[in-house]
Amino acid sequence: MPVADQYDDGVVRQFALMTVIWGVVGMLVGVIIATQLAFPDFLGGIPWLSYGRLRPLHTNAVIFAFGGSSLFATSYYVVQRTCHVRLFAPALAAFTFWGWTAVIVLAAVTLPLGYTSGKEYAELEWPIDILITLVWVSYAIVFFGTIVRRRVPHIYVANWFFGAFIITVAVLHLVNSAAMPVSLWKSYSAYAGVQDAMIQWWYGHNAVGFFLTAGFLGMMYYFIPKQAERPVYSYRLSVVHFWALIFTYMWAGPHHLHYTALPDWAQSLGMVFSLILLAPSWGGMINGIMTLSGAWHKLRDDPILKFLIVSLSFYGMSTFEGPMMSIKTVNALSHYTDWTIGHVHSGALGWVGLVAMGSVYFLIPRVFGARSMWSTRLIEIHFWIATIGIVLYIAAMWIAGVMQGLMWRAVSDDGTLVYSFIESVKATFPFYVVRLVGGLLYLLGVLLMLYNVVRTMMIGRVQPVAIPAPAGV
Amino acid sequence: METLLLLIPLSLVLVFLAAWAFRWSLDHDQFEDLERHGSSILETEDELRKIADDPSSPNVDAHPMCRKSGPS
Repeated sequence: MPVADQYDDGVVRQFALMTVIWGVVGMLVGVIIATQLAFPDFLGGIPWLSYGRLRPLHTNAVIFAFGGSSLFATSYYVVQRTCHVRLFAPALAAFTFWGWTAVIVLAAVTLPLGYTSGKEYAELEWPIDILITLVWVSYAIVFFGTIVRRRVPHIYVANWFFGAFIITVAVLHLVNSAAMPVSLWKSYSAYAGVQDAMIQWWYGHNAVGFFLTAGFLGMMYYFIPKQAERPVYSYRLSVVHFWALIFTYMWAGPHHLHYTALPDWAQSLGMVFSLILLAPSWGGMINGIMTLSGAWHKLRDDPILKFLIVSLSFYGMSTFEGPMMSIKTVNALSHYTDWTIGHVHSGALGWVGLVAMGSVYFLIPRVFGARSMWSTRLIEIHFWIATIGIVLYIAAMWIAGVMQGLMWRAVSDDGTLVYSFIESVKATFPFYVVRLVGGLLYLLGVLLMLYNVVRTMMIGRVQPVAIPAPAGV
Repeated sequence: METLLLLIPLSLVLVFLAAWAFRWSLDHDQFEDLERHGSSILETEDELRKIADDPSSPNVDAHPMCRKSGPS
């Protein structure tokens, strides 16, 4: 069989495996910093392992290493299957794997050493930023080159989501990371003060919208129909979902800067756009879940489908919670409390984590030539452990957050604060312990997944997959 | 808020890019027969079934921890 007639799955295998490995690393660092919050003496004050240095490592490892690798793996798989063509520029695709992995390794070295630009979710210093740019441009060339060479006229909706994610993240990265280097590992942002804050959260929230939402929606629109063996509930709605999200997302960022030096009108604008986002988000959530309409029984004994569908429930929950928290009066209570952390993890562990894991469980046997995952029962156990972990985590943070907000703003009749800050810290301790337990469960689930994946790889026999002719051509 | 002088034009460029892509998709039959496009990804045979049908592929189901997974 000529190479041109086979899918290029090597890079999919690499990224799929690294998704699981980075998942273990990212969740482990998360558990370590959760332990440090409950028990500050944990790790005995080693500077490289202090909270301030590990926290950006945790966010980078879960968002860009775990989430990023899963996006590369699934987008390369989906774009080939839906376009009935081999990846464009396979050498560049291989470069995206090694380049992206190098970025992550560099992050794991430089962040604990204290090299940081100080921009949340964009902490990496300028030499690594340049490498990210090179990888991302290569990614765009491979992805859009494959689309251009497609053998079917229609571009499946998942590819629209992946494409929007790739283009927007390129723009966000270039603008937000603009900096003046003063030495190899030190640079200063091109913006200052409140300008920098505005750029930072324009980046930060759109990274949530396009890296952690649009890309993973691409995954959702392919892997849920495939695993359920049913077309998406309404393809028409999926197209409306895409264009609505694209045209309304950009201006939600200022809700991260309520009651700051940002002009009041800009804050209100951010709040209004955040509220508007509820509509397309819920449209997509309902569309995904209703794909199972008439086939709900499939949820009973298919744990991969459980991962995918429950991820959508968390997507619905966090895209309801987010707009609510962006309302300024609600934000006055929630901001700077652990409620925000709970909201983020409802989205990250529940939506992004579960949909990525479900998709990787779908991919692994197919690209490694096994009849199924080594153990379906272990997937089932993973699902329940992860779900219980998420619920413990977010419930603890909800309670802690509302409690902190109420304690901080409690004022006695003579106008003095009722509680000192340390009293709210002491009151939070039990919830930090519950959160740690939730995180440990989630980590345990990823470890089970790694074991299951390695066993599947051991029994599987990698064989080239022939590209089938598109129907009706 | 001088930074808006950067962000607003940039967002406008992105919106025009999206509008162009939308226009392109209207002109290139992306929205004809929408429901058929939804099921197009299910028309090719599942690769897992191909692996299972191959008599030389290793038998996973033999392990006691395993039950059949995936589409059955």
